[in-house]
Amino acid sequence: MEGSVRTQISATAHRTGGIQGFVGDWSSDQTTFKDVSWGKAMMWIFLLSDTFVFGCFLLSYMTVRMSTTVTWPNASEVFALEIFGTHMPLILIAIMTFVLITSSGTMAMAVNYGYRRDRKRTAILLLVTATFGALFVGMQAFEWTKLIHEGVRPWGNPFGAEQFGSSFFMITGFHGTHVTIGVIFLLIVARKVWRRDYDTGKAGFFTSRKGRYEIVEITGLYWHFVDLVWVFIFALFYLW
Amino acid sequence: MSHVAEAHAAPTSARGADAAHAVGQQHPIRLYLVVWGWLFVLSTFSYLVDYFQLHGLLRWSLILVFMALKAGLIVAVFMHMKWERLALGYAILLPPLAVLIFVAIMVLEADHTLLSRIVYFSRTPG
Repeated sequence: MEGSVRTQISATAHRTGGIQGFVGDWSSDQTTFKDVSWGKAMMWIFLLSDTFVFGCFLLSYMTVRMSTTVTWPNASEVFALEIFGTHMPLILIAIMTFVLITSSGTMAMAVNYGYRRDRKRTAILLLVTATFGALFVGMQAFEWTKLIHEGVRPWGNPFGAEQFGSSFFMITGFHGTHVTIGVIFLLIVARKVWRRDYDTGKAGFFTSRKGRYEIVEITGLYWHFVDLVWVFIFALFYLW
Repeated sequence: MSHVAEAHAAPTSARGADAAHAVGQQHPIRLYLVVWGWLFVLSTFSYLVDYFQLHGLLRWSLILVFMALKAGLIVAVFMHMKWERLALGYAILLPPLAVLIFVAIMVLEADHTLLSRIVYFSRTPG
């Protein structure tokens, strides 16, 4: 990791780091988030608010699961699949996890190539990321269909505690919505990269502002966050 | 293709000498691949916890450790938080700790609800 270089967006003078720098940034009566554009800072703040949304979903899931007197369905069995005659517990969820992590990897590389002004690779990697995202949503649709056929409803299911269904549909539904929105954003950004909008400084359709390659990183922040939320859902809902 | 001429020499632009020309967060591709590999390994471990049907404290602690490691890698490297200034890092990473306090409150609440349900719902009517 020594090779990595911390570069600054503005070529301003060197600033102190560490705790002193932290206090300085917050007390300077100027822009607090230095070296970070407003777009990136706002995306982080949005992600923080989204953290609370998903935090509260997982929190309510914990509460209903802890307080019910009925046995909680065994996720390992509920999400098991028969593949070529072999019984695989939780296999679909594991594959979905790998798909999402892979998309996160390609996203990180897209950001990297974007800052190197490698237009083609950036666009292709963004499209690959979007494809993996769409694949994830498709698998989730399959999972929902399977469970609905088996009689899982928000108000009850054949496996155990009724709250299982409501928690499942609420949490994975909101996460799937986030992935879907992410895929749409990735496609829009990929198109703009491909069209050279960020090289020529073409004004955006919606904001009328000039786009920059930083947009790729900001979209990436959102995409990595979606992956991050899945890490928690996977651990707390499926494995617990 | 005119864009080729504009493009930086990709592999060297992440080196220190070119840092003045570089814009935004630039790190070697290798770093991302290593983190990606680790995320795969950690996810496999999490899956194996379920596959081998581990139970009790061992299961919970392993799940939480793998979860925390994966989340840390994503936020630190993929989302570049490791290289941002502390002013941003603390502003984003400290507030979620409030969720943990909320968790603690709701654990007490859920225990209370469960106890009430056991005591009152199991009573025979009349």
